[in-house]
Amino acid sequence: MFTLNLGPQHPATHGVLRVKMTMDGEYIRRAEPVPGYIHRMHEKMGENRTWAQYLPNTSRVDYLSAMHYTHAYVGVVERALGLKPPPRAEYIRVITSELNRISSHLVWLGAFLLDLGGFTPLLYAFDDREKILDLLEGITGARLTYCYYRFGGLCNDVDDTFVRGAQEFVAYMRPRLSMYQTLVTDNIILQKRLVGIGLITSEQCRKYGATGPVIRGSGVAYDVRRVEPYSVYPELDFDIPVFPEGDSMARYRVRMEEMAQSLRIIEQALARLPDGPVMAANVPRVLKLPAGDYCYAVEAARGRFMVRIVSDGGEVPYRVKLRTPSFSNLSLFEETSRGLLLPDAIALLGSLDLVIPDVDR
Amino acid sequence: MKVPLRDLGRGLWSLLSGMRVTLGQFFKPTVTVHYPHQALKMPPRFRGHIELVRDPETGKAICYACKLCERACPSDCITVEGVKLEGDKKKSVTEYRLDFTKCSLCGACVEACKSNAIRFSHEYNLAGRSKEQFIMDLFKRLEAEGK
Repeated sequence: MFTLNLGPQHPATHGVLRVKMTMDGEYIRRAEPVPGYIHRMHEKMGENRTWAQYLPNTSRVDYLSAMHYTHAYVGVVERALGLKPPPRAEYIRVITSELNRISSHLVWLGAFLLDLGGFTPLLYAFDDREKILDLLEGITGARLTYCYYRFGGLCNDVDDTFVRGAQEFVAYMRPRLSMYQTLVTDNIILQKRLVGIGLITSEQCRKYGATGPVIRGSGVAYDVRRVEPYSVYPELDFDIPVFPEGDSMARYRVRMEEMAQSLRIIEQALARLPDGPVMAANVPRVLKLPAGDYCYAVEAARGRFMVRIVSDGGEVPYRVKLRTPSFSNLSLFEETSRGLLLPDAIALLGSLDLVIPDVDR
Repeated sequence: MKVPLRDLGRGLWSLLSGMRVTLGQFFKPTVTVHYPHQALKMPPRFRGHIELVRDPETGKAICYACKLCERACPSDCITVEGVKLEGDKKKSVTEYRLDFTKCSLCGACVEACKSNAIRFSHEYNLAGRSKEQFIMDLFKRLEAEGK
């Protein structure tokens, strides 16, 4: 029996997550995650700046799905003000959010396979992701921390170059997904590393509040886009991929299938993209939210992300609470990793798709 | 340990199909650029650090130190000073200090500006050896450019 430290800086933790492991040879007796190394007080920062000044923060909590996080924050302020963004803005929000979901899953794919010892897929994944980043950089001006949505709309409209580029990307990405199927999913080494490894039951997901691909990989069709529909998602036709096995392979398959579904959403939204303004006309210059307690949840790449704000009627929030999916997804690691071999625990940790700034925020 | 023959076959097949994908990639053009020798062009909306805009008619900065950007900035990295010259209706800017060490390039200042007096630059090669290099006076920069 000995204690093994995984991290804070370890190639398999992609950030500064530390896992304190009590080992019995190669087997894990107890693995205790120690978060907090990259805590940046994002919630507290919300209490000393105006509603609009908090916007850039939302892109930096989970830097891989910045669009979703900004969407949730913008959505909650719009809900409090009773603002309704114009339809064009809503459609562009959906398109950019889904592009962001694919890019986030591609980073996960590369990093996850890197954890498992396969270097090549990372380069393929980053090549594809680069195309999304170029598209989004063209309209937002940034590659990662987009800060593109505004209360009541968007900061600027998309042009034809973006629409054409997105259509081309959808056409380009479909064969790439089947390439990943041949190169990675069907690979026997990957199958042996993932099938039946790191079982998570739906009961455990419920107990720890795990959401996103983790709960969908355990057979529960929980997706915020379906259970609490927001934006224009109810008008679009897409499936929620669910795999009941609960192992790392199921979570892998959920994400791969989700990319295909996101492509479907983008295609439909592009076809329906209405004309018109991208900013609501009645947005007040100085924002003062009516006193009260408001919530808004979105389906981020890692699961349910919810913002809860409390306003006392002033220009500055009274409280901003961020419910981040990575934190809940990490919390079940201790229970599920008991008795696993160390390399299998790395596969489990990777399949949870953690973003450490999102855990600590 | 005896390896089942089926596993051996599957292993060989997945190895070969993986190799086929890699081989296909081998004949495709390079996707990266050789950075210091070649550089990509930044898109028009690229958010670099901000810079002052010159009025094409007068040749001076449009900014009249209304300090809206200073108030909009979430990180307090902008300090604007201006004086009212004799005969002018508006103030003119004399100092526009940007503390780029604190800037997160959110663009709140550019959006707050009513007279389009600031814009994003397309500069991204901004490595430096000291902190002082990133505390820049944009007004002096504009003056120096004019000379």
